[in-house]
Amino acid sequence: MKKLGLIINPIAGMGGSVGLKGTDNTAAEAFRRGAVPRAGDRAKAALSELLPVKEEILVYTCPGAMGGDTAEEMGFQTVLRPGTAAAGAGMESDGASMDAGALPESLSATSAEDTRKLAEWLLSEKVDLILFAGGDGTARDVYQAVELSSPCVGIPAGVKIHSPVYAKNPRAAGRLALLWLTGKLSMTQEEEVLDIDEEQYRKEHINTRLYGYLRVPKEWTLTQNKKAPSPLSDAAAMESIAYEAIRQMEPDTYYIIGAGTTTRGIMEVLGLKNTLIGVDLIRNKELVANDLGGKELLSYIKGKRAKMIVTITGGQGYLFGRGNQQLTPEVIREVGKENIIILATKTKLASLSGRPLLVDTYDEELNHSLCGYYKAISAYGEATVCKVAEE
Amino acid sequence: MKRIDRSSKVRTGFHQAKWDEPIIYELSTPGERGILVGQPEKAVAEEVEGEAAIPAGMARNTKLNLPEMSQAAVLRHYSRLAQQTLGADVNIEIGQGTCTVKYSPKVNDQLANLVREYHPLQDESTVQGMLQIFHETDKYMCEISGMDRFSFQPSGGSQGIMTMASLIRAYFKDKGEDRDEIITTIYSHPSDAAAPHVAGFKIIFLQPDPKTGVPDLEQLKAVAGPKTAGYIVANPEDTGVYNSHVKEFVDYIHSIGGLCAYDQANANGLLGVTRARDAGFDMCFFNLHKTFSTPHGCGGPACGATGVQKDLVKYLPAPLVGFDGQKYFFDYETPSNACAVGKVREWYGVAQVVLKAYCWIRSLGPNGLYQVAKTAVLNNNYLFKKLMELPEVSAYYEDGHNQRVEQARYSLENLEKETGIGTLDIQRRMMDFGMHYWTSHHPFYLPEPMTLEPTETPSKKDIDEYIETLKYVFKEAHEDPETIKTAPHRSVTHQVDESEMDDPAKWVLSWKTYLKKCE
Repeated sequence: MKKLGLIINPIAGMGGSVGLKGTDNTAAEAFRRGAVPRAGDRAKAALSELLPVKEEILVYTCPGAMGGDTAEEMGFQTVLRPGTAAAGAGMESDGASMDAGALPESLSATSAEDTRKLAEWLLSEKVDLILFAGGDGTARDVYQAVELSSPCVGIPAGVKIHSPVYAKNPRAAGRLALLWLTGKLSMTQEEEVLDIDEEQYRKEHINTRLYGYLRVPKEWTLTQNKKAPSPLSDAAAMESIAYEAIRQMEPDTYYIIGAGTTTRGIMEVLGLKNTLIGVDLIRNKELVANDLGGKELLSYIKGKRAKMIVTITGGQGYLFGRGNQQLTPEVIREVGKENIIILATKTKLASLSGRPLLVDTYDEELNHSLCGYYKAISAYGEATVCKVAEE
Repeated sequence: MKRIDRSSKVRTGFHQAKWDEPIIYELSTPGERGILVGQPEKAVAEEVEGEAAIPAGMARNTKLNLPEMSQAAVLRHYSRLAQQTLGADVNIEIGQGTCTVKYSPKVNDQLANLVREYHPLQDESTVQGMLQIFHETDKYMCEISGMDRFSFQPSGGSQGIMTMASLIRAYFKDKGEDRDEIITTIYSHPSDAAAPHVAGFKIIFLQPDPKTGVPDLEQLKAVAGPKTAGYIVANPEDTGVYNSHVKEFVDYIHSIGGLCAYDQANANGLLGVTRARDAGFDMCFFNLHKTFSTPHGCGGPACGATGVQKDLVKYLPAPLVGFDGQKYFFDYETPSNACAVGKVREWYGVAQVVLKAYCWIRSLGPNGLYQVAKTAVLNNNYLFKKLMELPEVSAYYEDGHNQRVEQARYSLENLEKETGIGTLDIQRRMMDFGMHYWTSHHPFYLPEPMTLEPTETPSKKDIDEYIETLKYVFKEAHEDPETIKTAPHRSVTHQVDESEMDDPAKWVLSWKTYLKKCE
């Protein structure tokens, strides 16, 4: 029997239908405005793809709206998380993030903390795959519990879907799960968990952050980021880029290694410990320090020879200002424009369809001075010319 | 008698020929033979050492593993496989964008058969006719491109690009300059980057302007410099968009001492219209198997005819074919510079391909070649206009005009957003109507790309049939997406499990590996 972990965030997507641009902290208001829960239906659509093999699958989930109701209604055998009530996982929730007021009980008892706790339990049960329905916020919660420990597939059900951990539609999520559980897919790819600040978003300011990565079974016609021909070629491209960046390294020079999987390739090739969503510092191909903030970086490089290796983060082509805020205007100025080295796979550049890379350092003068053409390393011995522009 | 209804242009009753044919090793019967080779006569056997002459270290120590079959079984096997192809002779070749698959007159195949028994070591005096054809085809290619001399040694498009990269390397080696960067564009053929990379150059890609589809000159100026050896591009690029400012790019590269090479893989709409040399390029290559109809060799016999301006002739692969006023001869002297490329292939190139291109050029003449270009462009723009009327189809780079040259890259992003059916699904479904359909090189630079190139060959009726078939499939995408998701249904091979291409653990690259993995 295969073990499928199922997490449904039952309030996901409710805000969008009533113009709230998100459901974080606004579920009750969404409900008052007439929003109806839809994540359960989205999960059903995904699970329907698994019906042909339902006798060979055990669904691990919570009782109630977070998965149990849906799985049992569709005839799957379930293993329910012990100690949780049928309304969801609310028995253990501290309730800190919910404004339960007008919500029905089946929904009001669920919280972000419940998602995290359910994900942790699924991990302890060693499920073969975690299928979760929600939006970017849900992906963040799952990431906090799971990180890279288990393959995951997102069923898009939320208002905001920026994270490529989601399949392109619920049925595609189901097909991806089917391929994985029946052994037809065996490779995963690390995909970004992105989210935007909803308070800012409701004020029309989009500020995307990179929170981490989840391992997603890769079948490129079914996932959001489907431009890579195969996970193999994307992984090979990143390794090839790392070798070129290392080939160009100069002695006695500090290299600031920015966040992201592409820059991480350098650390992996050099055999150095690295911080996936943080900033590391190396010199003469040896580690100086991991996970540094802006002030610490400045203390190391002030007055010294230093270069900065960065990649595109945040899903919309940002070079600075999304997912790498440790690279403060002071650090960037100290390094100098001419010492910025950009790494980007051709797949990632292709996803921008020729749009420029963006900088948003919260320093307009610096943003302006960073504009222009750069030669981004896109493979060993290869560069692609990128235009950098202000927002 | 009931009349057959032919009112629909869509061949819904199509099914590709399919035989339940095992691979040839599975057909092997121990001891069965196609040819029984007689024993040598005693006198001969006594005169030569035979197997004993093979050094011990070089002799096989295991039995040669070949299928054992009768002639009839071999003929039946390959005839069946031949029927399972969707070749140019059985379908309307519009869907193979960038490949320029056109009708290749069968009479040219017949003429090419006249030289198939020639041996490359024959004395020049016995192959004067073929040498004359090499020499005259060289002259024709020079007239078409404006270059001064051509080599027919490169036996494919990528080898033609490799030869151009080698010529650039030879030129700077001869000058004693250390330049190691080649500039190309994202939408040029991928080999414009890959081949010079193999030749030792670093590659810099220019990206297209999101509005015009071609890079702007400022981008080139920002990255070209003293390390720039050359600029290798296709024009029009694979989008069908022509960079009308290309001469400014060429002039700038020349101003910093670099060379310019023109990939003319997309030349079908340019014959008699523009010439590489007139735009300042120093060299170019043509796919004789595309533009000059020889036809495609599917990785086999082809020709990437490579031409250069006079200052670079001395670096061309040797030999060329010369004429001293009385006889034709292999010319090793002209390309004898110490830094010259040398040979890029054994012998002189594929003679039959050159002969077929010669026949094609001669049968059309200058006006005919120009007519080919005009018709190819007209066909493509008719197709473009008709497809752009469909809500499912869009195109990028329409800044101020909506013309394409001989091919066009479309986008099906509207269809995908509305139905979840993407370009790869449409590609598979078109096979069910006996038609090819091409997306784009990887990675996809435009969302849900579709690249079509009708060439001069199809009639309006053919193009309309292709359009009607696409429309039929688009309608299915709205009404019956599952049929498309699970296509093809009427092809030789039904849907392939693509994960097996991604996962090295599932790869089977030989018969031996297959047997091993099946254990």
